[in-house]
Amino acid sequence: MMFFRSERAMAIVERDLRKFFRSPALMLAAMVFPLVQLIVLGNAFGGKIRDARLGIVDHDNGPQAIRVIEALRAVESNARTFQPIVYNDEKLMVNDVRKGNLNAGLVIPPQFSRDVYSQARPRIGLVLDNTDNFMTSTFEGTMGDLVTALNQPEVQPRVVQQIALNVVELYPYIEYMKYLLPGSIALAMFVSVMIGGGIVYIDDKARGVHEGYLITPITKMELVFGLNLAGALKAMGAGIVLTVIGSLIAGVGSAFAPANLFWLLLLIASTSSAFITMMFLLMVRINDPLVPRAMFGILNTLLYFPSGAIYPIQAFPKWLQWIAWIDPFSYSVHGFKAVLLKGVGFAAIWPDLLYLGVFTVVMFTFSTLLFKRTL
Amino acid sequence: MPENHINGTGAADFASRPKAIQVIHIVKRFGNFTAVNGVSFEVAEGEVFGLLGPNGAGKSTLIRMMTTLLDISDGTAMLEGFDVRKDPDKARRSIGVIPQAMTSDGDLTVWENLSIYSKLYGISSSDREQSIDELLELVDLTKWRDAPARNLSGGMRRRLEIARGLVHRPRIFFLDEPTTGLDPVSRVAVWEMITNIKQKRNLTVLITTHYMDEADRLCDRIAIVDHGKLVALDSPRALKASIPGSSVIEAQFLNPPTDWQERLGKLAAVNSVQPEGAEMYRILTDDGSRTTTDLVETAVKSNIAIKSLTVQSTTLDDVFVHYTGRQLRDQLADAPLYQSPVAWGK
Repeated sequence: MMFFRSERAMAIVERDLRKFFRSPALMLAAMVFPLVQLIVLGNAFGGKIRDARLGIVDHDNGPQAIRVIEALRAVESNARTFQPIVYNDEKLMVNDVRKGNLNAGLVIPPQFSRDVYSQARPRIGLVLDNTDNFMTSTFEGTMGDLVTALNQPEVQPRVVQQIALNVVELYPYIEYMKYLLPGSIALAMFVSVMIGGGIVYIDDKARGVHEGYLITPITKMELVFGLNLAGALKAMGAGIVLTVIGSLIAGVGSAFAPANLFWLLLLIASTSSAFITMMFLLMVRINDPLVPRAMFGILNTLLYFPSGAIYPIQAFPKWLQWIAWIDPFSYSVHGFKAVLLKGVGFAAIWPDLLYLGVFTVVMFTFSTLLFKRTL
Repeated sequence: MPENHINGTGAADFASRPKAIQVIHIVKRFGNFTAVNGVSFEVAEGEVFGLLGPNGAGKSTLIRMMTTLLDISDGTAMLEGFDVRKDPDKARRSIGVIPQAMTSDGDLTVWENLSIYSKLYGISSSDREQSIDELLELVDLTKWRDAPARNLSGGMRRRLEIARGLVHRPRIFFLDEPTTGLDPVSRVAVWEMITNIKQKRNLTVLITTHYMDEADRLCDRIAIVDHGKLVALDSPRALKASIPGSSVIEAQFLNPPTDWQERLGKLAAVNSVQPEGAEMYRILTDDGSRTTTDLVETAVKSNIAIKSLTVQSTTLDDVFVHYTGRQLRDQLADAPLYQSPVAWGK
């Protein structure tokens, strides 16, 4: 008896691919979700805050208070981060911050100008609605820069004691949509294996298609290999299409450089293999068609979000970092970021390729061992 | 409950012929539930063998064990001399199986469905084309070769599945309820096709069904399975002869007296009388016309109106009811009530 006959495994692949190309719903479903996410999230989170409402109460009315207000007006005219709105009543202003009519409030206390001139630790107050972290950090950052600028002495001392930091950015500015693109490509492949390798696989099982296979002399390994290869090819299709469309939408021209295309293809193949074998292992003993549908959201949250696709892994608590450490999504996203955003090649992505390769082999081995050759 | 009737007079014709299928004390347990309990029988080469039984009797479990789809708890089955437990791969090569559900791919064409299965059976590319064309001719689907399977009618789809089961030229053909869900015309077409293919390819056929007319028409011998056990096995004619009474009279009366069943039992040539509710009685008799005349006279004399009266010869339905005791089975009583969505077991 021959242990592995590729012709039988390829018959399974042929069947799956013929079905796939005759019903493009899977391909569309696999790509529409990540594309919508890329466009909506990329535009929603990518921009800077503009025209936030900042209330100002000036209890001082002195020359230094006017200097502060002029600086705020300068921000309004240039960066347009906020619009200053003058209040006479501090209580009313704080109430408006509470009610959400204002995003923040600035209080210039009485005697502020006098305190500046007498160097008696002058202070201005910033009232923040800290239910919105992003808005809070924007106000803190902008007002911090503004206060630092105001603190600069008009006559510089002879010996400058402040240390300056010169920032060197290695790459051109990365908009948030570009930052999201690697995760969206991985997500397209994940959705493809979730539908093609999860939902369709269990539906076929329930319809008796597998029963048809099991009465033929196909071996366990040929069957598992064929089903996985078919799933990986479908996921690769989704990955390639999303790489092209996503790169055009996000404006990542470097994706089309020949060398980068090669590495991207390698990453797409590795990611697809890792995802489909993982999905197959999860589904290998499942019979109920409702289970993969119920698992869809859980797996998406559990694997996509901790991967660093939308937020840096370093910001996660330890337990979430552990998930990211074993999650094939993380390595895929890291690899795609390296090629798409940094234009670096094998030197940067070989650990990702190695992990995805080992992960595939381990998942495939366990899937084959657990696969039942009987009903 | 009547005594079992295994290998009576009808078995003699097959006893001397080589055996294509030998089922040896086969058992299937699902936890504490025994679905098939020590069934044994043999099928001779070229025979059409029917497995009858009510829903949940264990027919499909039995066929699935024989076709290597289910693990066998105890005993074994030999197909063309290959033990399905020890040599499942060779056993699979010698059989063609048509499962109960329609499993052909609706998105693929007729030809593609057959081509993929011929690849799964390792048919060389040089033989494939010719073999598929022959099969399409055999099942009368040549002009539909490029049509998607989903566009075929139920009967045509069943014929496609029959062709699919034959792509590797098996010696034994298993058909699990092949005409369930088909209209009467399609059923007859499938029966003719099975008979035709059996003759042309010299196949041994094992068929499960709960259509008695189907079993009567197609099968050389019939095994009746109930509660996972073999309760009768013989040729249709011998099975019919094995039950008391050559005719069945079903009569419905208007307000019969309480001793009416007893009085009917005393009519000429009557073997047994079974009340069937709604004042209906089922009378098994050795002489249908004599008993009918007697029955009508008795009813007229007793001033009891006859609402309906039918007389018919013994059919396999009567055999079936005789050996299984009822026409409808209480499926839930036997089947496991809950099945886990995950196959945890080995």
